[in-house]
Amino acid sequence: MAANRLDRRRFLAHAMAGVTTLLLGACDKLSESRWFPRILDSAEAVNKHVQRAITGQQALAREFTEADISPDFKSNGTQEPDDPAYQKLMKGGFKNWRLEVGGLVERPGKFSLAELRVLPSRTQITRHDCVEGWSCIGKWKGAKLSALLDKVGVRPEARYVVFFCADAMDMSGDKYYESIDLATAYHPQTILAYEMNDKTLPVPYGAPLRLRNERQLGYKMPKYIMRIELVQSFADIAGGNGGYWEDQGYEWYAGI
Amino acid sequence: MPSITTPRETATSTAAPPARQRIYRHALVVRICHWVNVICLTALLMSGLQIFNAHPALYWGDRSTFDHPWLSMSAGQDDNGDLVGITSIAGHWFNTTGVLGLSKDSDGEPAERGFPSWATLPGPQWLAMGRRWHFFFAWLFVINAAVYVAYTVLAGHLRRDLLPTGRDLAHLGRSVWDHLRLRFPKGEEAKRYNVLQKLAYLVALFVLGPLIVLAGLTMSPRLDASFPILLDVFGGRQSARSIHFLCAAALLAFVIIHVIMVLISGVWNNLRSMITGRYDIDQGGDAHGR
Repeated sequence: MAANRLDRRRFLAHAMAGVTTLLLGACDKLSESRWFPRILDSAEAVNKHVQRAITGQQALAREFTEADISPDFKSNGTQEPDDPAYQKLMKGGFKNWRLEVGGLVERPGKFSLAELRVLPSRTQITRHDCVEGWSCIGKWKGAKLSALLDKVGVRPEARYVVFFCADAMDMSGDKYYESIDLATAYHPQTILAYEMNDKTLPVPYGAPLRLRNERQLGYKMPKYIMRIELVQSFADIAGGNGGYWEDQGYEWYAGI
Repeated sequence: MPSITTPRETATSTAAPPARQRIYRHALVVRICHWVNVICLTALLMSGLQIFNAHPALYWGDRSTFDHPWLSMSAGQDDNGDLVGITSIAGHWFNTTGVLGLSKDSDGEPAERGFPSWATLPGPQWLAMGRRWHFFFAWLFVINAAVYVAYTVLAGHLRRDLLPTGRDLAHLGRSVWDHLRLRFPKGEEAKRYNVLQKLAYLVALFVLGPLIVLAGLTMSPRLDASFPILLDVFGGRQSARSIHFLCAAALLAFVIIHVIMVLISGVWNNLRSMITGRYDIDQGGDAHGR
């Protein structure tokens, strides 16, 4: 009787382990399928719509004090783009760097750092949240993106602002890019930062220009911006998902 | 989330009272919610560990103090140059090779990772996919919990079966002692939840549940902008991440104790009652552990 019970226990334990292994394998298979992640994706659409419905479009991210600034702000992703054109600009102190603004705008143009510095600016001490889970606090100064967009004149059919960057992300040479909607672009805290912690923006943090977009995750704040384009749809750009990480399966709406 | 509805006796008594009596214990809504919750909690825990693995360290406050996490998992080399997994908790270091910090990846090679691949969803390091699973099942979990809470309140299940009575609380010490000796109620007593059961369910349902959801939402920069009170309540985003993790650990402890209690108080009887609703009650006089 006792032996019988032990056998039954052992059988149950093995059966449980077997079922667990099967289930885990099945979950991994589901993750690799085409259809299942699409079902999971419905949650991201819900996140986006619910968050937009219950949060104001103009609500400001919390701003901190000088004392809260991270002494060890993490520089993620590219530390220094090895693109030859970028290297040349960097060695020249970005004097010859020009921000190209084009696409669906009335007056496409090129802007030097000096020209960006005379645009209405904003300084903010904010928290940077990486999709990996960590947070750092930094002080940023930059031109308001809304001011730049007003200067070039956004055409009515434009819906997204796409940022093209200098940093290649993998061996294929695909460069970083990101996109945000116009509501985010016109948010008061959305700035093209050229200063960090009261100093000229250092190279590991995106020199000469990076985006600060304080209500989304870090990957929505591209570094090393070279060109800005206003578009109606990003479906035809690179992988078609609106950003380098989005093309790797991350959410375009990165509000959580 | 088990539940007891008003016991409806299904065993008919003739001459002699039956040794066992079968009662209708769990309403259909409760049974469905229970199993949906099992799926949700499993998916949320495992995909949550996948997300944790992207940065296996926890901090207090608004920002990450990278040199001083209160909990971290990493791989390093010991004096012999061998790879070891190291977990540090509040400044104390533990060798957790094979499980935390360093374990075999899905391809069988040792890899630096917080939790091992058998505990994460998906198994390999894949943050983007872990987030998709997590948010999907988070919504399902919240909707399921809302249905359950609405039912418990409207059907009177909360008041009748879950809220402890004064008599319950007066017998708290006795109940703890009975549990320690693995003695379970029988007869009339077994038709009700005992006081420890009630308190455990209430804490999981009305403390840990809301807390883990709110702490999770506090990690959203978008929600923080509109509801900065979240940051004040939890003491900053990194504190919220720590509290989210600790609530998950507490819920896991709840589930483990729950499963142990199910196993030792009659696994088939309990499983049947959560599938068909029918539960056998021993009509013996004295309560003895099985």
